[in-house]
Amino acid sequence: MEKHYSDSQVKGVSTGTTILAAVFDGGVVIGSDSRASIGGEYVSSKTINKVIQVHDQIFCCMAGSLADAQAVTKAAKTHLSFHSVQMESPPLVMAAASVLKELCYKNKDELQAGFITAGWDMKKGPQVYVVSLGGMLISQPVTIGGSGSTFIYGYVDAKYKPNMTREECLQFATNALALAMGRDNVSGGVAHLVVITKKGVEHVVVPGNKLPRFHDE
Amino acid sequence: MAAAAPMIPIFGQQISINNDMVPDWTREEVSTGTTIMAVEYDGGVVIGADSRTTTGAYIANRVTDKLTRIHDKIYCCRSGSAADTQAIAEVVSYQLGFHSIELDEPPLVETAANLFRASCYRYREELMAGILVAGWDRRKGGQVYCVPIGGMLVRQPVAVGGSGSTYVYGFMDSNYKPGLNKDQCLELAASALSLAMERDGSSGGVIRLATISEEGVERRVILGNQLPKFSTH
Repeated sequence: MEKHYSDSQVKGVSTGTTILAAVFDGGVVIGSDSRASIGGEYVSSKTINKVIQVHDQIFCCMAGSLADAQAVTKAAKTHLSFHSVQMESPPLVMAAASVLKELCYKNKDELQAGFITAGWDMKKGPQVYVVSLGGMLISQPVTIGGSGSTFIYGYVDAKYKPNMTREECLQFATNALALAMGRDNVSGGVAHLVVITKKGVEHVVVPGNKLPRFHDE
Repeated sequence: MAAAAPMIPIFGQQISINNDMVPDWTREEVSTGTTIMAVEYDGGVVIGADSRTTTGAYIANRVTDKLTRIHDKIYCCRSGSAADTQAIAEVVSYQLGFHSIELDEPPLVETAANLFRASCYRYREELMAGILVAGWDRRKGGQVYCVPIGGMLVRQPVAVGGSGSTYVYGFMDSNYKPGLNKDQCLELAASALSLAMERDGSSGGVIRLATISEEGVERRVILGNQLPKFSTH
């Protein structure tokens, strides 16, 4: 039977996944689902956390090969903490994204991982950056990634507005993740969300049974 | 959407040394890589489609009509190979017309859907066709049936199809509620198609909509500059 979507080329455990990040008025929300699978046939973890802290107020989400993503984020964390000590100030979100980009671009032949970096810094406030598979780095107010993201492009385009409040943005992110998890078989579990503002970091976990339900569920 | 079996035209082989000189679209099958949609409401259905037909990277027709009349109050939305879907629609149209004369009354939407399914399932290896069948009949009112690639048949209150449909599943799930009226369905369809057309390279052009109810069929077109706009980023 023909498949509409292409088979995942990733070997081993993959975060066939849904990740997103969005800027709101005063901060940024970054979130993901929690499923790790092998080729879409076996769920190897129902509760993996794909939102990794790389510095006090900078988080990143990984998509693609889990092994690659963990290795890269570990290296990035080390680079960033060293950089932060040298500069004697917290790193810029752009710096964190650039570190990831360098690693992804220099090793593009071996790696299969993409990242969304989000955080808050003194210079530009809340920001979201996306580093794609080959190592491109761009800044966007809202971005989605992972296999489940294809199903929510329409929703995100329609529903995202700049300068939302914290509550609106959280609701938007939760809804988007729930919709993607409802359609993508390799995304699921709980919704991990992190809200980053000037004041600090707040983790929100929405378990599966508390996720918003839609008309056909 | 990729062709099921690549067609190599005869003239392509004769100038095989200069393959670079021949644009790729002469070798590609014509495809309605597309976005199609159908929604039931109380009293009828709303159907919609984009208007782009592609051969590889070339847009062969930018004002295609993918909403094909099968019977007075039964239409189908076509996606996949343009040739395959046109052929199937013609066959079903004939079969249904004949059946309707035998019965001496308008045919049921379910009958039309089953005829599509019969052809799509029997010839599933040769065909590449994803079809939405929608219409109105006296027995069950407005109905939408989905006959995707492979030849399954299922009735759904709202269905999307084609390559652009993946991008709007989330939007559909969150915005559709049972009990919408005709105008709300039209707005939903226009928005969803517009969002899909913005993200899918194989969908674009104008939006063609039609409503089918007891009163008859009403068609409308939303031109490119009148499409609902969403992007703020």
